[in-house]
Amino acid sequence: MPDAAAPARIARPDGWQILKRNRAAIIALGFLTGLSVIAIVVPMLLPDELKITSSASFVPPLQHSAEDHTLHVLGTDVNGQDMLYRLLSGARVSLGVGLVGALISLVIGTLYGMISGYAGGRVDGFMMRTVEVLQSVPRILFIMILIAALDDYVKGWIDGWRLLAQKNNWSGTAENMSSLKAYSKVLVMIVSLGLVEWLTMARIVRGQVLVLREMTFVTASKAMGQGSWGVLRRHLLPNLSTVILTYLTLTIPAVILDESFLSFLGLGIEDPAASWGSLLKDGAQVINPLESKWWLLVFPALLMSASLLALNFLGDGLRDAFDPKSGE
Amino acid sequence: MLPFLLRRVFSSVIVIFCVISITFVLARITPGGPFDTDKVVSDQVMKAKLARYHLDGSTWTQYTAYVSAIAQFDLGVSTKYRDWRVSELLRQKLPNSFVLGALAFVIASGAGVLFGSLAAMRKDSWIDRTAMFGALLSISIPSFISGPFLIAIFALWLGWLPVGGWGTVSQMILPALCLAAPYVAYVARLMRNSLLDVLKSDFLRTARAKGLTETQAVARHAAKVAILPVITFLGPLAAHLLTGSMIVESVFNISGAGMIFVNSIQNRDVFVLCGAVIVYCALLVLFNLAVDVIYTLLDKRIRLYA
Repeated sequence: MPDAAAPARIARPDGWQILKRNRAAIIALGFLTGLSVIAIVVPMLLPDELKITSSASFVPPLQHSAEDHTLHVLGTDVNGQDMLYRLLSGARVSLGVGLVGALISLVIGTLYGMISGYAGGRVDGFMMRTVEVLQSVPRILFIMILIAALDDYVKGWIDGWRLLAQKNNWSGTAENMSSLKAYSKVLVMIVSLGLVEWLTMARIVRGQVLVLREMTFVTASKAMGQGSWGVLRRHLLPNLSTVILTYLTLTIPAVILDESFLSFLGLGIEDPAASWGSLLKDGAQVINPLESKWWLLVFPALLMSASLLALNFLGDGLRDAFDPKSGE
Repeated sequence: MLPFLLRRVFSSVIVIFCVISITFVLARITPGGPFDTDKVVSDQVMKAKLARYHLDGSTWTQYTAYVSAIAQFDLGVSTKYRDWRVSELLRQKLPNSFVLGALAFVIASGAGVLFGSLAAMRKDSWIDRTAMFGALLSISIPSFISGPFLIAIFALWLGWLPVGGWGTVSQMILPALCLAAPYVAYVARLMRNSLLDVLKSDFLRTARAKGLTETQAVARHAAKVAILPVITFLGPLAAHLLTGSMIVESVFNISGAGMIFVNSIQNRDVFVLCGAVIVYCALLVLFNLAVDVIYTLLDKRIRLYA
């Protein structure tokens, strides 16, 4: 039952304090930090023979391969590569694409939203209509078209550099370029996802700017001769930071989902690079009633779901702490 | 009402036009053409092939040719599947996606509203906590994870349901559940938050004071108001579900519209791609319009303007 005699409004405690008391969000933050450190450090420590393909395909978890008797903690895949290594390098790619893609969308969305909200009037109307049109476009489709368009350019560009390096005998550069080519799809994915995912951020930031620009400190700053750009940077941006942080945390899982979605369909990350989506694709292809190779499906599924769950918990916690009115 | 509808239809046509333009131009400036194969073809043959589909000349002339064809309700022909008109292709693939999407939509909206209401009416109880944790879990398990697991458990291990395919009711259960699961969660969270707000309002206190039980008060008075934000979400959701989910269709081996998107991009089949985008956008604006109309029926205070 709602309390009819509640006091008018008590000052809310500081957002960071609310967040600290949210145990689920703190656990999630710890999990994500731990996972990131493991994904970066552990693949460097693993012995090299685990990283290459071998003839020992489909070794079950915790068993030694028949050929060279190396222990595979999580088993091996169809190419005889160690699943633990694949899983962790997949985590690097998925988390990396999620973070960088979300950061790109954050920069675009924040700038767009700030300009639109601060300019107001016709400019605002036009900019927001544009966002509405873009929102009625099937998002995943546009990412696919962008990826198809950018992929050839980036591959050609990397090839050009490689040839240039070979001609001039730059030691190492040519090799770096050929290994970079394997990861060119990662680069393409980051850019394409970042270019598409900024719409929500732009709308949220614009809404906040509409409120903030009517505040007296903004009027005071303008009266003292501060230019528009200075007001945006010095006064509005600091006040927007927590909202931006919140929606960054909620954009990361969205970008990770899109990346995995495309990789699962075979349009995203390609071998030899791996991501959670491409690992799940490999895992889903081998389920059959006769011989279950469950480790190819279960481990990527568990790690990906746990990470998404943690990101969502953290995002919800941040939203409850800093943006309590928005609800959903 | 009528001027509103007319204005909305007009603005919808503009939106669809913008989206088609972006799609067509992007698809045509993308490297690689519809007839690029491993075989080396002479320039003349290639030119003749492109000319047959009005895909020669500058991007601008191609674009104007396409738009004038669209204006005459001609969606063109597929460049990949010989002699298939885009409209025939869509007519063949869309019904499966529509049935699957409609099933998932019913599950998502029904179960979502139910769970969300239960959670809000018993706020902070174990029901609320379980439902909200389940919702977050379901959002964190995308269909390309839940799909293979549903198949492994219910089709391969227990043997209750078929692995894939489309046509019988038993073949529809797993894909519909798989497609609906994350949206059940979104709807439930929306419904819970919205109902929690409404439960605090004065007219509900009056309803309780005149002796209605909590369930009666929610069913007769609160639900009607609380469902408004949910309906806003259901509009785009319906368009999204009806045009098919690529993942669910590929996991369960269903021949539907989702795969049209994927294949047409990979085959550079520009007319098929644009045709599918037109259907998607048309459904989207249609359902958004329906949402606005339903709004006025539920809440008499809202006046339509556009």
